[in-house]
Amino acid sequence: MSTTVMPNSWNINTKPHKFCPGCGHGHVLRALGEAIDDIDIQDRTVFGCDIGCSLLAWDFFNIDSIQTHHGRTTPVMVGIVRANPSLIGIAYMGDGGGYAIGAQHLVNSANRNDKILVVLVNNTNYGMTGGQMAPTTLPGQVTETTPYGRDALETGAPTQGPELVAAITGENAYVARGTVSNLRQLKKYFKKALENVQEGNGFSFVEVLATCPTNWRTNAKDTWKFLEENMASYFKVGEYKVPPTKREG
Amino acid sequence: MEKPIQEEKRVFMTGNEVVAWGALAAQADIMYGYPITPQNEIMHYWTRLAPKYGKSFLQTEDELSAGFATIGGVLAGKRSFSATAGPGNTLFQEPISMAEMMRIPMVVAIQQRGGPSTATVIYSQQEVNMTTYGGNGEGLRIVYSTATHQELFDYTIKAFNNAWKYRFPAFILGDGYQAKMREPLIMYNPEEKGIEMVKPDVSLGKEGVPGKDRDPVYLRNAYSMEEELFEVLMPMIEEYNKVSPEIEEHFSLGCEDADLIIVSHGIVSRAAMAAEEELRKEGIKVGLFRPITLRPFPEGAIREICKSTPNILIVESANGQLARLVKEALFGLPINMQAIFKPGVGITSEEIIKFIKSKKTEEIIAK
Repeated sequence: MSTTVMPNSWNINTKPHKFCPGCGHGHVLRALGEAIDDIDIQDRTVFGCDIGCSLLAWDFFNIDSIQTHHGRTTPVMVGIVRANPSLIGIAYMGDGGGYAIGAQHLVNSANRNDKILVVLVNNTNYGMTGGQMAPTTLPGQVTETTPYGRDALETGAPTQGPELVAAITGENAYVARGTVSNLRQLKKYFKKALENVQEGNGFSFVEVLATCPTNWRTNAKDTWKFLEENMASYFKVGEYKVPPTKREG
Repeated sequence: MEKPIQEEKRVFMTGNEVVAWGALAAQADIMYGYPITPQNEIMHYWTRLAPKYGKSFLQTEDELSAGFATIGGVLAGKRSFSATAGPGNTLFQEPISMAEMMRIPMVVAIQQRGGPSTATVIYSQQEVNMTTYGGNGEGLRIVYSTATHQELFDYTIKAFNNAWKYRFPAFILGDGYQAKMREPLIMYNPEEKGIEMVKPDVSLGKEGVPGKDRDPVYLRNAYSMEEELFEVLMPMIEEYNKVSPEIEEHFSLGCEDADLIIVSHGIVSRAAMAAEEELRKEGIKVGLFRPITLRPFPEGAIREICKSTPNILIVESANGQLARLVKEALFGLPINMQAIFKPGVGITSEEIIKFIKSKKTEEIIAK
């Protein structure tokens, strides 16, 4: 993976991007952009982004894009590909958009096996609104709405998204959890997920563990430590469901 | 593929069936729907008719999804629509506000039921506020309040055409009575009648590689700065105001020499019309003004009429939702206003006649 050349599917004119320094979104979008390049679907892809930090990707790609409402990117992309099945829809959202306000859309779209890719960036908090508790906030983690640390008995345990989606989808779905600390693997997941949609096979879902030093209030070293130790020990990286057509060996 | 309606055909059917046929006649491509009474049969008929004519349907998980998926269908360049009522209409206000902001020509048929809350599934005119000015916006919408099954058919076609022509979301505002009762009407192929169908265009997923063959399309509804929003919004509002006179429609009867004008909309205006005719026979000079578009409201027309006849009686199955629109339209004119407000309940011509003959309007009609 090159570290100096931007993916062809990126729009060079809108770079540098709008995310905070150290934010994981840029890495996620790099891996996604390279996967789009590799399977050559830039002309057929439509990109939808949610409210929250993900909305800052509204002019990120050289791809027709729409910024929707909080939690509503999934139904917009479903509406697009149901009306024009030749398009490949990517719904890009955060943990709040996918697991809280838009959870019913994620669950039902997954259950319907809609031919779209949902990319959900998990950074354990609501970044855009100033760092409140998200469904994915870790037990004990301090946020603006859990100033004494998240009490899982009071507010629930962190949502296990890919595990949930894998449990409710049919065998043609592709479900994985990647991390910005392993971009080679993440790109591989995105490629499989996009191919699964491109082939008209099924619903694809990739959660990505990502950094948020601004709201975590961490320096570079602690940011990486939180991602690789705290988050990765709770959220297991890997493939949760691989359709028969995509199984290796 | 065979056209759904070849030549004029006289039929006798329920209003919900009429809306499904109207959407077919308007060349709608896809419906996204969620069950709620009293609009369900629009979906029932659409799902039976759609496969025969190469049309699609998706039953979504809720009205938020139905509304946003309808927006997705429009963005893909297809005539897309939905139908809802009551609490479903409440949820629909979120996608509708996005459609307003992004000039997305979504079409929704609303069959009003009682409110607030779950209330009744039967009938009402209590979704006027919400359908005209709901959501966190300025009400940049086209709302047709129909009174007959013929109008349900005619205005379903018109809703699609004017939504795509002007790029404002458009609504057919019916009610549970219109939805469920049967009535005769004439169905037709609009193109045979010389009605030019406005062609939909693709917003997302156009030909060519973005960034290479053409610029990518970026659509958004979020803005960083106050001024940025203002610069986007003001031309929209100005355009809405400019095209409003082209869109506005009303019906009036016997207003020229009337001592009293009944103002009502939708199915209640049929009771009002019967009352007007009955009272005229008795020599009581009553007129009728009926806004067909509740948004944009036919302000010029009602002001003109009320300049010579300042006495009005507003009749509606709501507690003053139409009255609010009327008062706004008549602001500054010296008006003597009376009202029959029956929220969530039907109104007969007899009630209107009785009211007009009562003490309340005695002085006006004895003049």
